[in-house]
Amino acid sequence: MSLTPELRRDMYRQMLRSRAFDDAMIGLYWVGKTPIFAFANGPLPGELHCSNGAEPVGAGVCAALDADDMITADHRPHHVAIARGVDVRRMAAELLGKKTGLSQGKGGHMHIYAPEVNFASSGIIAEGMAPAAGMALARRLQKRPGVALTFMGEGAANQGAFHEVLNLVGVMKLPFICVVQDNEWGVSTSKKESTAVERNSDRASAYGMAGEYVASNDPDDIYEAAARAMARARSGGGGTILELRTARLAGHFMGDQQAYIPAQMKQADPIPPYRAKLVAAGVLTEAEADAIAAAATAEIAEAVAFAQASPYPAAEEAFDHVFAA
Amino acid sequence: MSRILTMARAGREALDWEMERRSEIFVLGEDVYNFGGIFGTADGFGAKYGADRVINTPISETGFIGMAAGAAMAGMHPVIDLAYIDFIGVCYNVLLNTASKTHYMSAGQVKVPMTLMIGTGGGYNNAAQHSQCLHATVAHIPGVKVVYPSNAYDAKGMMHTSLRDENFVIYLTHKGTAGVGWMGTPIKTTLSEVPEEPYTVPFGKIAVTREGTDVTLIGLGMSVHECLKAAVDLARDGISAQVVDLRSLAPLDRDGIFAAVSKTGRMVVADEDYLSYGVSGEVIASVVERDPRVLRAPPVRVCTPDIPIPFARPMEQHILPLAGRIADAARMICTRKTEQ
Repeated sequence: MSLTPELRRDMYRQMLRSRAFDDAMIGLYWVGKTPIFAFANGPLPGELHCSNGAEPVGAGVCAALDADDMITADHRPHHVAIARGVDVRRMAAELLGKKTGLSQGKGGHMHIYAPEVNFASSGIIAEGMAPAAGMALARRLQKRPGVALTFMGEGAANQGAFHEVLNLVGVMKLPFICVVQDNEWGVSTSKKESTAVERNSDRASAYGMAGEYVASNDPDDIYEAAARAMARARSGGGGTILELRTARLAGHFMGDQQAYIPAQMKQADPIPPYRAKLVAAGVLTEAEADAIAAAATAEIAEAVAFAQASPYPAAEEAFDHVFAA
Repeated sequence: MSRILTMARAGREALDWEMERRSEIFVLGEDVYNFGGIFGTADGFGAKYGADRVINTPISETGFIGMAAGAAMAGMHPVIDLAYIDFIGVCYNVLLNTASKTHYMSAGQVKVPMTLMIGTGGGYNNAAQHSQCLHATVAHIPGVKVVYPSNAYDAKGMMHTSLRDENFVIYLTHKGTAGVGWMGTPIKTTLSEVPEEPYTVPFGKIAVTREGTDVTLIGLGMSVHECLKAAVDLARDGISAQVVDLRSLAPLDRDGIFAAVSKTGRMVVADEDYLSYGVSGEVIASVVERDPRVLRAPPVRVCTPDIPIPFARPMEQHILPLAGRIADAARMICTRKTEQ
């Protein structure tokens, strides 16, 4: 694969689908939550961690994957799930706790399971690490192809699981990529305060694997770095820590005013510059770019309508699925 | 054909039989390849199955038990040897939030079939960090099956059942019951006639290990054997004690417990786990919530008190729920007048 016009148009499209999804969810989230803010109120209850600003990560990395590859994501999963091809109608329904949701209303937005595209997420920080490595091990034992990727924030790189699993991946030479999304903030704690090294990708040398840092939040650069890491994993060259400088434009979660972020650290939206870049390169016309945006908005509006029209699960369904029969 | 086996050999036989026939089963853990696991459950498996299926890991329980959960999600059935339950602190999130919750949170889209073997218990002077039972701490988590064989027959049958289950199963063995070299002569009542052919023992069914009419002594793991010793002692005093082996904590056979206790009207629960917030209280609740009138005397718990397990022999032997304490408790409620 290479950075063809089709691929770049598709990455742009995935970024806009993700942004449209999150913008729609943010709109729904505030319904019923004013003037008194309470997580439990409104049609979209609970915590909501939106991906605004991180869309290039999902689009760029997922463009380098095959159907066999496997993903675990974290509490901020939308941009990765959407770029991976998770059904947005059922994902929207899951966020609203509806019976038609991916998990019939048992997961919510942090727990997105879509085995048909090898996607799972966990709300516990860095706890996607080990399951992803285990999936890579399973494929090796099954003699089937597939690289496992876990997506996390830079804050997760200070968890014990991160270090234990990287060592295991290094020892076992597993086809594994740890995608560290460096948005500079773990809730309100800056990377500088929390992390002893400037770049988590430098930690790769401690675990006998490759490390690469992409500073641009541009899906072209992210795609090329991901493609290098994928080639390494597929050829038996082992794991990679792929650290991607990205943005967190909508706070840690809804309700986070981000007053702790100093003015000089305000983050830029990656979508307008990528659009301008593709137009300047002749990959897209302005009209085509507008059409992609309009199609994404319409697709998500339809998904939200589907979710809103869907029924809630019956209360008694709480007792289903505790165990596999 | 059957032979007399220890629990460790019986469990090993079941694992071996299933591994020979099912390529999705593999063993993962510390010291499993050369050492066969701390209880010898995978003894000789390294040479027989090779390093692909008997995978030695570094001392990284969060890492490799989490990997097992991921491998299970991707179609394998990992078997993990976590030597001592005292070590769950270093991998508890995997138990608490991943292996136990994924099936539910995915509405059944993703299964996590894995078997986690853990040794429990004290009584051999290993102090507060290597002697705990903590079975209530794992049985408290929804989405986990927790089984606890106390003899070789059940050890084999429950291992087959665990390996054929599509869920996360924690298979507990009290170290003192396993019959491994470093724990001295095996306790006689842990040994059983074990058929060579495979068989399953269902989860969620108590076993009445000894019939009796005056009092029901309920145990799990090692305390079953202490209850059996107490029953022999009580018989000398003319007290007929029934002994119940819980065998499975999740699911818990509440109907079976109620039926057994209804027969005698008196109950003593012997549990080597800590007294408070534990299995002992849960067992009593299974009876009194349904009908307290079946009890002719208040129920009694004989447990490890709420203190860290002491090292020195006189102190440790004093606090464990051994046969003497169990028999004393039974005598007390059997001689006490029925309260009107």
